[in-house]
Amino acid sequence: MLGWELPPHNSGGLGVACYHLSKSLALQGANIDFVVPYTAEHPGIDFMNIHAVSSLTPLERNDLGVYDSSRTVINRELPDIPGGSKNIRDIQRRYVTYVENFVADQDIDIIHAHDWLTMEAGVRAKELTGSPLIVHVHATEFDRSGELSGNPIVHEIEQTALLMADRIFAVSNITKSIIVHRYGIPAEKVEVVYNGFDPKHFDDGYDYDEFTYRYLESLKEEGYTIVATVTRFTVQKGLTHLMHAAARVLEQYDKVIFLFAGDGEQRNELIDLAARLGISDKVVFTGFVRGKKWRDAYSVADVFVMSSVSEPFGLTALEAAHHGNALVISRQSGVGEVLHSIFRFDFWDANLLADQIIGLATSPALLSEMKRNIQDEYSSLSWSDIALQCINQYKHVRTGIAA
Amino acid sequence: MSQKSIALYLQLHQPYRVKRYTIFDTAHDHHYFNDDGDADTNNRRVFERVAEKSYRPMLTLLERLSEQQQSFRFTLSVTGVFLEQAEAWAPDVIDTLKRLSASGHVEFLAETYHHSLAFFYSKSEFEKQVNLHREKIFQTFAVIPSVFRNTELAYDDTLAEWAAGHGYRGILAEGWDNVLDWRSPNHLYRASGTDNLALLVKNYKLSDDLAFRFGDKKWTGWPLTAGKYIDWINHSDESAKIINLFMDFETFGEHQWEDTGIFGFFETFVNEWIGTGNNFVSVSDAITDLNQEGELSMPETITWADAERDLSAWNGNALQQEALKYAYALEHEVVQSEDRELIANWRKLLTSDHSYYMATKWHDDGNIHAYFSPYDSPYDAFLSYMNVVRDLRWRVGQHRKVL
Repeated sequence: MLGWELPPHNSGGLGVACYHLSKSLALQGANIDFVVPYTAEHPGIDFMNIHAVSSLTPLERNDLGVYDSSRTVINRELPDIPGGSKNIRDIQRRYVTYVENFVADQDIDIIHAHDWLTMEAGVRAKELTGSPLIVHVHATEFDRSGELSGNPIVHEIEQTALLMADRIFAVSNITKSIIVHRYGIPAEKVEVVYNGFDPKHFDDGYDYDEFTYRYLESLKEEGYTIVATVTRFTVQKGLTHLMHAAARVLEQYDKVIFLFAGDGEQRNELIDLAARLGISDKVVFTGFVRGKKWRDAYSVADVFVMSSVSEPFGLTALEAAHHGNALVISRQSGVGEVLHSIFRFDFWDANLLADQIIGLATSPALLSEMKRNIQDEYSSLSWSDIALQCINQYKHVRTGIAA
Repeated sequence: MSQKSIALYLQLHQPYRVKRYTIFDTAHDHHYFNDDGDADTNNRRVFERVAEKSYRPMLTLLERLSEQQQSFRFTLSVTGVFLEQAEAWAPDVIDTLKRLSASGHVEFLAETYHHSLAFFYSKSEFEKQVNLHREKIFQTFAVIPSVFRNTELAYDDTLAEWAAGHGYRGILAEGWDNVLDWRSPNHLYRASGTDNLALLVKNYKLSDDLAFRFGDKKWTGWPLTAGKYIDWINHSDESAKIINLFMDFETFGEHQWEDTGIFGFFETFVNEWIGTGNNFVSVSDAITDLNQEGELSMPETITWADAERDLSAWNGNALQQEALKYAYALEHEVVQSEDRELIANWRKLLTSDHSYYMATKWHDDGNIHAYFSPYDSPYDAFLSYMNVVRDLRWRVGQHRKVL
């Protein structure tokens, strides 16, 4: 298994998905060697062997900008990295070399590589061993770059690996469609493997603290509805569309507060947009939140909006459901494919989004019904089912039978 | 050459800057101005620094010049929020001001206690703040000002009408070319729409030579000597009766550091000016001594800030308009609460500096805004301010519950 991060050293959902998938595969009897580019302790991971490619710390690895691939064209100088590695391409080269050496004296049944970061290593391992290669796509460069064109080097790496792969796992039909239409891969080669959700992962004695967002709680007492989004403030997340929808909502019904939890390069633009729409008072920015403040943001909310322009999956929606939110999810977000008791809208359709929010804010029955029904749905998305699906796929590629 | 008079007016003001204040502080922490860390939102730290660099050395110099030159006169405008901070953190500055006041060499102006732009947002609040200021000046210096200056020299004909109606003899304004047209700032005028309210307008070229350019080595006038400056004054306008040099007190020692030679320059300048048969007058002396030479009308609001000389430095963008809107909207409920602490906190938020920090002009004036701002960006200033406004609203709500 070729990955880039595992909890607690993850900077995003990739690490979470890799952790749960590996754990469930191990429970089904898989022997996993998991390669990461950095060196760190992984408490609680005893179900597989973790291999460290470099002596980088996870933080140094994060600084290289895993998710912001646009940075890779610039040779970002990082003076203090042992071994003289200077940018993410250097780390990737070392990752490839490590994998080359590793597979030389191992018997490998399946090579399972996650996202562009490890795809080159996956291709090399296949070349050296002849073992089947699974390329697991959690996000493509088209998703990461939003409405921009993305990094050509990354596109090329993805293109090559998708062609070389024996089988491709896509985290949603949306992602499958991108792989088919933008990379020209035959649809039969792509299997949709959704992410699961493990509610037990959140059983850590957390109790909602009503004092964290005391101001918002006081407004709720006055009948306000809290609409939250918990995300990175990047173009990909479609937040300007959400802000326009917020203005439409507040024109019709003003007892709604929009909670923007997170941070990112679009922060100032969003603050400015709220002001120009004249709704600053009803839009609360938390800044970057983690730990308790992060979970309390879900808990204080009634409605969670995912307004992404392009979201391969969207784990945060399930987290929000777990904390009791009703969900409003853009049609461009993969997670919507596995849920039914939700509202959906095209990310650009601020009018429809506003309509849906007003509906939830003005109808307690609708709100509580949607909150309740989503509970059954998200909790049935089990990682063990997904691990079984993966193992079936592994078997098919090994025996050469197309699934 | 006929004798010329200089009316030197210096503004003494420090705002109560809002500390970094998030939504997690709202409804919890009702102390907004008590940052005691290393940031420039630590009001005590700023005040003590400026007292050391500017207030003490310049007041000492003014006191010495007053002793040496019997005819030396100057004018100060001191805000209530300045006096509060001086009382708390630099009481010797108050003592010096009191001695100067008793010496008869200084005249104090009337203005708003909180250095606010309330005239343009709430006449009732404006008048309350003017009254508070008059009381504070009387309690501190045992004088009652008779000449008015509005915050940031913000002026228009309606303000003149108000001042005339409230018994003031004179008023100060910017001598902006667009308003003066062919006329010179170096005469006494009558404010349009009044019977005999004297209007003194700033000679911004000569004022800004000291306030903004004095230490600039790239300036063609650098280095500015007393002799050169006197020469400019004498030859800029042969018919000049009065040269109005209006500027921030902090010009001396803070905006222009001691090592620019600003103190030595000033001492020599005063002595040489008086030595060559000219004089310094207080603004009231000027009003008594000079004839009003025609009427001056300013239908549009003029200030002394930025290239635009309008209110756009404070309300030019949406962030500022929103912040001012929500802050002033609280007036009625805050005042009705009769909670002295709440009212005092709210008034401190009306100080014009807060919205100045939210300016997003990125040309030359933007640099000046950034120089004066203790925040990382206008957006950070805005977020903290809005969260404080929310806390005030929450406190108002608590009062409602008690009633």
